[in-house]
Amino acid sequence: MCTLILKRLLQAIPTLWIIASLTFILMHCTPGGPFDQEKAINSEVKKLIESHYNIDKPIHEQYIIFIKNRILLDFGPSYKYVGWDVDEIILDTFPISLELGFYALLIALSTGVPLGILTALNHGKSTEIFFMGLSLVGICLPAFVLGPILLMIFSTELGWLNPYGWNTFGDRLLPSLTLGLFYAAFIARLTRSSTLDVLNEPYIKTARAKGLSTFRIIIIHSLRSALSPVISYLGPAIAGMISGSFVVETLFSIPGLGSFFVNSAFNRDYTMIMGTVLFYAALIIVLNLIVDLIQIWINPRLRK
Amino acid sequence: MLLIKRDYKTKVFKRFSFLFMSSRYSQIGISIFMGITIICFLGPFFINFPYDKTQLELGATAPSLKHPFGTDTLGRDLLVRTLIGGQISILVGFLATFISLVIGVIFGMISGFSGKKTDACMMRFVDTLYALPFTIIIILLTVLFGRSLVLIFIAIGALEWLTLARIVRGETRNIRAKPYVEAATLIGLSKFKILSKHILPNLISPVIVFATLTIPSVILLESVISFLGLGVQAPMTSWGSLINEGAQKFDIYPWLLIFPALFFSLTILSLNFIGDALRDQLIS
Repeated sequence: MCTLILKRLLQAIPTLWIIASLTFILMHCTPGGPFDQEKAINSEVKKLIESHYNIDKPIHEQYIIFIKNRILLDFGPSYKYVGWDVDEIILDTFPISLELGFYALLIALSTGVPLGILTALNHGKSTEIFFMGLSLVGICLPAFVLGPILLMIFSTELGWLNPYGWNTFGDRLLPSLTLGLFYAAFIARLTRSSTLDVLNEPYIKTARAKGLSTFRIIIIHSLRSALSPVISYLGPAIAGMISGSFVVETLFSIPGLGSFFVNSAFNRDYTMIMGTVLFYAALIIVLNLIVDLIQIWINPRLRK
Repeated sequence: MLLIKRDYKTKVFKRFSFLFMSSRYSQIGISIFMGITIICFLGPFFINFPYDKTQLELGATAPSLKHPFGTDTLGRDLLVRTLIGGQISILVGFLATFISLVIGVIFGMISGFSGKKTDACMMRFVDTLYALPFTIIIILLTVLFGRSLVLIFIAIGALEWLTLARIVRGETRNIRAKPYVEAATLIGLSKFKILSKHILPNLISPVIVFATLTIPSVILLESVISFLGLGVQAPMTSWGSLINEGAQKFDIYPWLLIFPALFFSLTILSLNFIGDALRDQLIS
């Protein structure tokens, strides 16, 4: 277990290094500096600004400073939010995105898994057809389609919930649903097919023959192996939720890291973009590691 | 010789039609998808309004006989914009998938066919790229190099090939162990000939299935980027940017959201139908 964690963390270093170098190279390939404006700035002022941001040095020195700072977790000052460091902005806004992602994941798992089991138990009946049809519709409604539709129904027509903001519990409901329902639908389909597979196994027949209740068979005997594909799907799901959070946070005006990232993409705030890209990459690596560990914990066959 | 060749071609054709047409689901999916594609690509010829013709005095109007889908805030006909947007989305879906197909198949075949060390190196490279956050990198690219359709094709295509490369590598290794490949090596065929004549034809089914599954995810990715406002530039449009415009004004002009969203969801639905049916077909 420990060697696995160590190995994976060691593998993460070259990945992060490649991303850091890639962003550095890309940024220097693009025409125009970050402080080029339509009105020419006084050359002395420009020199001062450039030396403040270390972009007057030769390129290899810049690269070394750049990598050194990233290792020290210093993402540098933001070009557009003057006076703010990128790491400060990330620390300020990321908890909001994390909360949103947590609720969405909760919705996805707590509706997807039970629905999947329910449909697997009713294999061939109308319940299955109904819920599987519903989940098929869910898969075809990504966040940027579902979000406006939910807004249209619940805030414009019915007037129950606020369309914008992140203050009360009600404000959190629509964004989390928008982000989570797509994955709930996908997880329901995964759970259904894996539960169907497991229910055909001989040991389930034995359990049935012993006269165990369906509830007990599902919870104790089949859930552990039926959940395995769902857990391996969590890795890509989390990566998808991160890009989904860009859409949802923009749509509902939530002041999370996702909307800051999209804004910085519009503002060409280079340090902010690079910092966020690196942060997200590290985040995805860590979350994937956690998912793998859960996978091993649930499935002893993976423990070698 | 000619006869054999023709026979081979009909066989490939039969295999294709068997893959696509054997299940009810994929038949439904293909009919819907073909319908939408034909409407999107031929429809604009029958509509008298160009997609970028503004009629400011008209403004946003609800669906009527003259404008079946209504008009947007600049008075542009929404029907023709939805169709043109569909052209862009479908084109991006196919071209980017094609790019990823070419890269993935070549990379996977070489990796699967070469020795242990090269193979390990190439697969580590894929693993490293796999850990990168795709959407974020595409956003980064569009920010740095400006927004253009070509860039989106290439960026998505260049990032979507990884899974395909893995699948192709595995298949190549399986085929490589077959006796007829051994025989081909023994009679002195070059590596290139073996790859192109003996391995590539046997890769077709898994590659086609996987490509079908890639198309909707590419369309989705392009739409997300367009929705965020980083996709094609106005007055050109795609389903993602149309849905974005609709989402901003859905409380006053709901039709701006409903029609593009409907087209988009139907397309994704039909492609999912086809992909699922094909995957079942391949597994069984």
